[in-house]
Amino acid sequence: MSGTLATQPPAVPEERGDERVLVVDDLVVEFPAKGGGTVHAVSGISFELRDGETLGILGESGCGKSSAGRALMQLPPPTSGSVLLNDVELVGHTGRTLRRKRAKMQMIFQDPVSSLNPRRKVKDLVAEGPRIWGRKVTEDQIRELLLAVGLDPESVWDRRPHELSGGQCQRLCIARALMLDPQVLICDEPVSSLDVSVQAQILNLLEDTKQRYRLSMIFIAHDLAVVKNISDRIMVMYLGRICEVIPADRLAEHALHPYTKLLLESVPEAQLPDAELEVEEVGVTNAELPSPLDPPSGCRFRTRCPLATEICATEAPPLRESVSGHLVACHHAEV
Amino acid sequence: MTSNATRESTRPAERPRSGTLLAVEDLRTVIHTARGDLKAVDGVSFTLDRGETIGIVGESGSGKSVLGRTIMGLHTTGPTTTISGRVMFDGRDVQSLGPKDLRSLWGSQIGMVFQDPMTALNPVKKIGVHLTETLRKHQGLGRTPARERAVELLDLVGIPDPRRRIDQFPHEMSGGMRQRVVIAMALANEPALLIADEPTTALDVTVQRQILDLLGNLQAEMGMAIILISHNLGVVAGRADRVAVMYAGRVAETADAKTLFADPRHPYSEALLRAIPRLHEPPHVRLAAIDGAPPNMVQPPVGCRFAPRCAYAQEDCRTVLPELEPAATGHLFACHHPVNRGEN
Repeated sequence: MSGTLATQPPAVPEERGDERVLVVDDLVVEFPAKGGGTVHAVSGISFELRDGETLGILGESGCGKSSAGRALMQLPPPTSGSVLLNDVELVGHTGRTLRRKRAKMQMIFQDPVSSLNPRRKVKDLVAEGPRIWGRKVTEDQIRELLLAVGLDPESVWDRRPHELSGGQCQRLCIARALMLDPQVLICDEPVSSLDVSVQAQILNLLEDTKQRYRLSMIFIAHDLAVVKNISDRIMVMYLGRICEVIPADRLAEHALHPYTKLLLESVPEAQLPDAELEVEEVGVTNAELPSPLDPPSGCRFRTRCPLATEICATEAPPLRESVSGHLVACHHAEV
Repeated sequence: MTSNATRESTRPAERPRSGTLLAVEDLRTVIHTARGDLKAVDGVSFTLDRGETIGIVGESGSGKSVLGRTIMGLHTTGPTTTISGRVMFDGRDVQSLGPKDLRSLWGSQIGMVFQDPMTALNPVKKIGVHLTETLRKHQGLGRTPARERAVELLDLVGIPDPRRRIDQFPHEMSGGMRQRVVIAMALANEPALLIADEPTTALDVTVQRQILDLLGNLQAEMGMAIILISHNLGVVAGRADRVAVMYAGRVAETADAKTLFADPRHPYSEALLRAIPRLHEPPHVRLAAIDGAPPNMVQPPVGCRFAPRCAYAQEDCRTVLPELEPAATGHLFACHHPVNRGEN
């Protein structure tokens, strides 16, 4: 299945500068809640994505990682903040203008089957994007892309999504995204509904695709090992805020934020006998995630944090730099 | 937590704490579908001692959940299903029991925890009703004692403020809390066997760990045996005494947990372990994916089920179905050409 890709190792990309393809500033996403109140899904996060980089966004359910990813695509538009794609502002535009400005950014989702129209055939699904733009797509282009994502054009050509496996559907979603020649690919939990053997196929495919099509990627997931495997930098989120931005190779040993440490300590893979991980116990007692309707004042993790003191309740900790590229938002972390 | 004195009063008669509890012999579950007979479980045998934990791992479609449900007696031979082989639970053949006997077995002798705690609870009934129902039915408790015991149980599974929580509805609780309620229900009558089918798959990692710790603590206290079914090798690795790896309805390999993860002999177990991304490896390490997909179980391949995807497959693998054979004490694998031969 993935044979076509495995036989052609992607060329090592030439040096790419520190150019920033995506700059996000003070992004806020809020939703009105049933019965009054506001869900604070994302509360003012800023980050950037450099050319050719993969930025992982890691967090548990309710941390705002998916809301953040969708707000980048303006699905729906954020409550406030700025999203610059190649120095072009996306926030505030709608309809055709937005589609044109956003064209270089594409997204794939967690459930690949439900993100495909069940009544359309593979050949049409792949060509759907450019056709919306009124562009002609040749059969050869479709074939080439199907091959690029490890699908055999002859056997899937006339099939519909329900006739494909979950892994094949995710390959198809990737092909659809690539058809529009994107520069940035946002992946929202792309492998969490797949079996481990298929998960490895898709992760390898994303890595190859990124090299071959010179993509920058935002990879949103809850699985630490998966995020570490694919990312250059990892942004850890908790209740709508950034806890820590950490280079992927530092994640296992040099995490500073108590929440990141709690995640590391909880990973079941640490139980595998060859996992040479020594994770310090964090000692988090309070199990429940506070409500995003009424998040704690100051540091949002303080209600579960063993290090919390008075200052944590009054002041939201700013992101401080520890070593180059490693930022942590904690009053008590030793940077 | 609750004091021992109150717990003793409702504890069923003391059971022996060692010896074989469950013996599964050549179990086959065939589900009749429009496309043909699906061989979901195709010849599985194992035994489980009292107080022991066996982990059953496999990918979707490997038959691990159907196996759990067949052991429980939720699948019985009928118009849609044919079951052969035997499930001996505590000296009784589960398949020979009638509906009434099965109902008395469920809850009191075998408890089950499913993946999705929301669908396991009745959305229009309060938490307390879920718990008192089983207590009144199986232990014959009156209304008030049953409610008291229900509060104790909620406390036991680590639900804060149980007296308030008992009058809440399932939707008022988080996923982790709901799964604790489901565990409390399964354990209300202190069953000898708990079947946990993907108990933490719907939960976040930090909550997952709490739930697994809770199961471990309750097991130590009550001495029940656990069948822990999961697709996640990490979940099983830390919690099970023994592990069985299932592929296409059959057990590919079984051994004690340490041996299986450190020295897998079946190519599928090895491949599965290598396909998982590891935290201690550097970023961008290429994962060893397993090409292809699991077989169609209506017409499984002749010979070894894994042969079409196996890097070591030879001619005999495609013609002769390998049986489980012992490598060392308690370590069995079904493979003609096992891996890691030199290292043992």
